[in-house]
Amino acid sequence: MQTDRAVVTVMGRDRVGIVAGISGELAEANANILDLASTKMGDLFVMMILIDISGIKVSLAELKERLRRRGEGLGVQVMVQHEDVFRYMHRV
Amino acid sequence: MFSKDEIIETIRMILVEHLNVRAVTLGINLLDCVSDDFDSMRDRVEEKISEVAGGFVEEAKAVEEKYGIPIVNKRIAVTPASALLGPAIVGIPEEGAIELAVELARAFDEGARRVGVDFIGGYGALVQKGFTRADSILLRSIPRALASTERVCSCVNIATTKAGINVDAARAMGKVILETAWATANRSGIGCCKLAAFANAPEDNPFMAGAYHGLGEPESVINVGISGPAVIRAAVEQSQGEDFRALAERIKRTAFKITRVGELVGREMAERLGVRFGIVDLSLAPTPEAGESIADIIEAMGIESCGAPGSTAALALLTDAVKKGGAMATSFVGGLSGAFIPVSEDAGMRDALRAGSLSLEKLEAMTSVCSVGLDMIAIPGDTPPETISAIIMDGMAIGVVNDKPIGVRLIPVPGKGAGDVVEFGGLFGSAIVMSVSRFSASKFIERGGHIPPSILSLRG
Repeated sequence: MQTDRAVVTVMGRDRVGIVAGISGELAEANANILDLASTKMGDLFVMMILIDISGIKVSLAELKERLRRRGEGLGVQVMVQHEDVFRYMHRV
Repeated sequence: MFSKDEIIETIRMILVEHLNVRAVTLGINLLDCVSDDFDSMRDRVEEKISEVAGGFVEEAKAVEEKYGIPIVNKRIAVTPASALLGPAIVGIPEEGAIELAVELARAFDEGARRVGVDFIGGYGALVQKGFTRADSILLRSIPRALASTERVCSCVNIATTKAGINVDAARAMGKVILETAWATANRSGIGCCKLAAFANAPEDNPFMAGAYHGLGEPESVINVGISGPAVIRAAVEQSQGEDFRALAERIKRTAFKITRVGELVGREMAERLGVRFGIVDLSLAPTPEAGESIADIIEAMGIESCGAPGSTAALALLTDAVKKGGAMATSFVGGLSGAFIPVSEDAGMRDALRAGSLSLEKLEAMTSVCSVGLDMIAIPGDTPPETISAIIMDGMAIGVVNDKPIGVRLIPVPGKGAGDVVEFGGLFGSAIVMSVSRFSASKFIERGGHIPPSILSLRG
């Protein structure tokens, strides 16, 4: 089953504006947020966002680049991966 | 949605434990390039590699991007060169034929360069039962071929469970390996890093130097080699205090996850290139990077230094658990599927060598429970060819009697003796020259001929 969803993972020191910055960038690219969770790992703030990429206005590579740049400004690392990698690893 | 823990586990494997796909190898049939006119065959070979593999590297990069999983090596495997050479050298005297063979190697190299892959495997022959004229010419051309190319890898299969061991081929390989070392003496014998003698060489092996596109394979195919020694080591480290039953279970579960990534990447690559998805090779492959080491896994199980008593049992448990987890995760398992213990490519193995816990003899024992064999072992440059042949024969015997693939990749380093350090660079790493027994096997090797297949081969 092919799906058009991706997981955005944001990691870094917690600060004002991370959620706003990243979600703003997603909205700009027309990526709908389907689910969102966050947690703490020691000092690290980790946010995981499931997004629908079927209607995005830019390529996935471009979206990744924009998020990476925005993340850099916020002092966080951002990864974007098609959800299949998680599905293959964790679901039989 | 996935749970937080699942997402974090995957991210940790990628960022901290360097989970990656070690090799995606595109197998290409070149039999339709065969011609009795050498020049047209050579041109066709270069063209066909470009045709089939033109978009290979670009697509691999797109897949890396999509899943956030690095694909470390993009490679090509082709039909064994000796099967291509035959018609083109009919009536051509030996020296001229060898020169043409070297030119074919250059065509492989050029084809690989054009499409941007780092290695192309298949400059080899299958001689387990004897030599065709093309096989003999090809074997004699190997030293020059590997000295005059960058990307070409050579694998010569000299034994199978069914055919036994071609001792004449083992004898020839002793000389070929030494000549290759001397032909690349200015780079510490690096040609031998790209040359392996095999028993039961799999037709779908994605890993160099043993990769070739077997005659039973389809027109073109994607085969995948997984990775993940550091991921497995992290799992083993979490198992302190657990018994072996729990340890095996932990490795199995982790291997399942690693292999699923290989399966996903392989399927996607095959679909994008419009070729068949072949197999996932379940071998754990180390690299010279810190943490990417099989020796470290063995030590994390409780062995003080790799090679100490217990190491063979530890490796057996590791290989078996990886296979069991991996077999559940992919529809087609193939290639070598065992743990690799290439000494120069594994920083932990080098440390063990320095500490004095690892010897050639212990490595040989360890190869009986993993697939790859005596791999990337630097030996003194003055090792006699008969001794090299005899080490190869020992490896072949283990492969044949245990009905499993095994390779021997030895690097006699010109001008170096036991204990010296050699730098090969890149993926090949650096090596400490191992000492080799000073006792001779020359009378044994001089017998020549063929060791008949073991009684175990009489099946069916």
